Amino acid sequence: MRRIQMTVDGRAHVAEVEPRLLLLHHLRENLGIGGVHTGCNTTSCGACTVHIDGESVKSCTVLAVQADGHEVTTVRGIMENGLWHPMQQAFHEAHGLQCGYCTPGMIMASISLLKENPDATEQEIREGLEGNLCRCTGYENIVKAVQLVQQHTNGQPA
Amino acid sequence: MTQAPERYIGGGVPRKEDPALVTGRANWTDNIKLPGMLHVSLLRSPYAHAKITSIDVSAAREQPGVVAAFTGDDLAEDWDKNPQANPAAVTGYGMSLDQRVRQAQEGGESSVTDTPETTGEQPVDEKTRTFVSWIPTDDTKIPNHWPVARDEVNYAGDIVAVVVATDRYKAQDALEFIEVDYEPMEPVVDVEAAVADGAPLVHEDIGTNESFTWTLATGDIDDAFNRADVTIKERYLQQRLIPNAIETRGVVANPDAITGGYTVYSSTQIPHILKYVLAVYCDVPEQQLRVVAPDVGGGFGSKLNVYAEEVIALVLARKLGVPIKWIEDRSENYLATIHGRGQVQDIELAATSEGKILGMRVNLLADMGAYLMLDGPGIPILGAFVYPGVYTFDAYDFSVTGVFTNMTPTDAYRGAGRPEACFAIERIIEALAREVGLDPVEVRRRNFYEPFDEPTDTPAGIQYDSMNMPMVLDRVLELADYEGLLEEQRRRRESGDPVQLGIGFSTYTEICGLAPSQVLAGLRTGGSGWETAKVQMLASGKVEVITGTSPHGQGHVTSWSQIAADALGVDVNDVEILHGDTALSPYGRDTYGSRSLPVGGVSVHLAAQQVVDKARKISAHMLEAAEGDMEFEGGRFSVAGSPDQNVTIQDVAAAAYMNYDLPEGMEPVLSEEVFWDPPNFTFPFGAHICVTEVDTETGFVKIRDYFGVDDCGPVINPIIVDGQLHGGIAQGVAQALYEEAIYDEEGNLTTGSMVDYLIPGAPELPKYTLERTVTPSPTNVMGVKGVGEAGTIGAPPAVINSVVDALSPYGITHIDMPASPWKVWQAIQDAQGQEAGTRDADLSGRPSQAADSTDTEGGTDS
Ligand code: FES
Ligand code: FES
Repeated sequence: MRRIQMTVDGRAHVAEVEPRLLLLHHLRENLGIGGVHTGCNTTSCGACTVHIDGESVKSCTVLAVQADGHEVTTVRGIMENGLWHPMQQAFHEAHGLQCGYCTPGMIMASISLLKENPDATEQEIREGLEGNLCRCTGYENIVKAVQLVQQHTNGQPA
Repeated sequence: MTQAPERYIGGGVPRKEDPALVTGRANWTDNIKLPGMLHVSLLRSPYAHAKITSIDVSAAREQPGVVAAFTGDDLAEDWDKNPQANPAAVTGYGMSLDQRVRQAQEGGESSVTDTPETTGEQPVDEKTRTFVSWIPTDDTKIPNHWPVARDEVNYAGDIVAVVVATDRYKAQDALEFIEVDYEPMEPVVDVEAAVADGAPLVHEDIGTNESFTWTLATGDIDDAFNRADVTIKERYLQQRLIPNAIETRGVVANPDAITGGYTVYSSTQIPHILKYVLAVYCDVPEQQLRVVAPDVGGGFGSKLNVYAEEVIALVLARKLGVPIKWIEDRSENYLATIHGRGQVQDIELAATSEGKILGMRVNLLADMGAYLMLDGPGIPILGAFVYPGVYTFDAYDFSVTGVFTNMTPTDAYRGAGRPEACFAIERIIEALAREVGLDPVEVRRRNFYEPFDEPTDTPAGIQYDSMNMPMVLDRVLELADYEGLLEEQRRRRESGDPVQLGIGFSTYTEICGLAPSQVLAGLRTGGSGWETAKVQMLASGKVEVITGTSPHGQGHVTSWSQIAADALGVDVNDVEILHGDTALSPYGRDTYGSRSLPVGGVSVHLAAQQVVDKARKISAHMLEAAEGDMEFEGGRFSVAGSPDQNVTIQDVAAAAYMNYDLPEGMEPVLSEEVFWDPPNFTFPFGAHICVTEVDTETGFVKIRDYFGVDDCGPVINPIIVDGQLHGGIAQGVAQALYEEAIYDEEGNLTTGSMVDYLIPGAPELPKYTLERTVTPSPTNVMGVKGVGEAGTIGAPPAVINSVVDALSPYGITHIDMPASPWKVWQAIQDAQGQEAGTRDADLSGRPSQAADSTDTEGGTDS
């Protein structure tokens, strides 16, 4: 067992974990953050996407011990002043979700996509979300949601 | 004065489901944690077919954290407690087969009474353990399906042992300490090989790999073929698909210390059906079982089943007296959750030289996999009714044989039998166009039904409800600029462009709104097709709607709120929809087969209307007016001619609740429950055009545009309907271009992960250009039809027709799904080899990287 410390959604957590424990499972099982979803455990689906120090990461590819000392943000930690993050709002408005299981990961991936490439074209958005699978939406409205955020950010009416 | 009521139906009301989902606060099965809960891991067979010669779990029991470990024999009597009950098979959810036969005979249904040997005898020994409900014929062969295999395993993934531990990692670790000796047997991994003489038998005790043969015939088929100027015979393959809901399956079974019963939480589409089958299979009194479908992360048919793991969790909760949890791994999901499709389709068309269809023969081999699942045998039968598609003709002959193989069992996957049917007819109609030298648009037009809005007979012996094919086809041609596309195609062909343009059509219909119960009985589905809704106004004037449908992405909470709010004239946010918990809604027939709106949504509307009817009586009493003088608009009852005399429906709800001054003999409260059994199915229809760019040098297919004009009747929420179409078309495109479950000769699933099985991501899918027309259904008062599967049904032939169209200058007339770059490239090589003889044939063995040295028709080198 190893003792680790990390900040998750603004709160510090100390825990004793097995070295083999995935960050995904640490967040879900030890810290009770059910908003980080398991889709595959093997880096394929993106349902588990979180931010580590602001960078988007699939939490099933990272061991909990590797996140020791880092800052982790999940979909539960992106609201500001009690208001939804613009990406959450946009997914809602554009109907970018159906069952919603891919959604937290999709939102986290989309936020970091726009952070890296604010003016991403439709094709770049599609490619940027390649690692996140959605079985419900056919992606069309997910792409629209990301574009909606771009429009808001650029001050254009949605 | 009353202000104009807000109308919600037809408006894009933002989904009420979303807040929990976008903030990561949803309640998935895997989020459920109960005190003392233990975790299950399952050891699965690595062999597709083998005898278990010995099995020893004792070392696993000694591992850290392990509480118990069981073999199939250890648990056998836990699901063998009820000697009379054979869950779905014999009882058909509460009705004996005997009763079903009698009911069908009285109802004059043909598919049961036409079977000469109908005796009412049970087709299975009552000791057979099986999850199948839909038993197509009296002599259907039903194998024993133990939740944990006992002496033989029949597919790679069959469960052989169970470990229960304090956490999932520990349970998983202990699996390695289970010792199993297998004696491998020859597997059957191909549906055609399975029916060949001398094929190894999947179930030796059954003595054949053929489970059943079911037929349907109308008109004089021989005469049709005798009269025909042209006959066409084609063979199409429906590859196996893996549903891949992003949330895998999972179950938590919790013993209830107070009632002595159990609560089962399952990631399921069918809490009500599951409750019944679990009760019988495990001999838990049904009244002591509560089944909850929490938030469910997609289903697509894969969670429309009763699975071994659900049974295992329940019996372990009973045996160990603690909550038991099992969550499926993705790798297990590939092996142990049902697969879809898996058919070999032989189809023949008889037609005149003008392209008018006279008759159709269809012969299917349907791969059941190793066991019969809940509705597995019924999937091709559902398809049987729509092979004739949107075309009318005189004679139809259909036959399907269900075949056992040593592969994962198959059952409903989005569309369930209908995408297969639509693909076959929409492909062979293109062959007909070629044969008689007509444009594919024209040959379709010559066979369409005249538009109709009342039930109309079809070649398959059912009645379509309403249809207007010329309208949707004309509109989609306009939308896509067909003439412009043809022009571009000509240009590219003439210039020998290495990237050729394909224009592919699909004009489809499908069966929604499952279903009239009598028809289901006639088809021996073992289920009924009504739906229920209860609409209750609370003392505060707010509204609760209890529905028997069980959403998992479809947005019922929003759509049902719109329906109830409009009927009652209340704010949409004053309505709450309660679902997915058998303690809240004891009755329901759940969600599948695009049934929820045309059966469940209609039930909400009918129940809300009954609330209004009762409220009208009370309002008249309150205003001392005649009931006939009451007008209801915008949630307010007013007296005709004196609009100042009025009460709101909320006032009435309060009065009804208080019950101190109601009309004589009236019961208190506004609460009405409806059980509605539809008189017919509903049949959405549409026309799609898929425009592809096919790179003849690499075989790569790009969908440049996808146009659709769909008609699902009046739309409750256009945003949700568009979403269903996007996702549906995406899954259809996925079948056409990307996905296929592949087994090797030993019966190993070689596409057993998200790396090997190509689920399309955002870059692989096109943008859709969609429009709708509105042709109401006469089946229900709202005129609604359902839309959940339309895209998946319409899309595959549109895509393949497009790819084949692009390659038609090469003489290519067919490419099997999925049309991968390799397959497309190979087809081009083969076509060129045939044309040019030995010179090019020598090139055919080259790897695809060598494409630069091959000639395309236009002689372009790259
Ligand atoms: S669970 Fe991490 S990528 Fe699928
Ligand atoms: S919304 Fe269901 S998987 Fe994306």
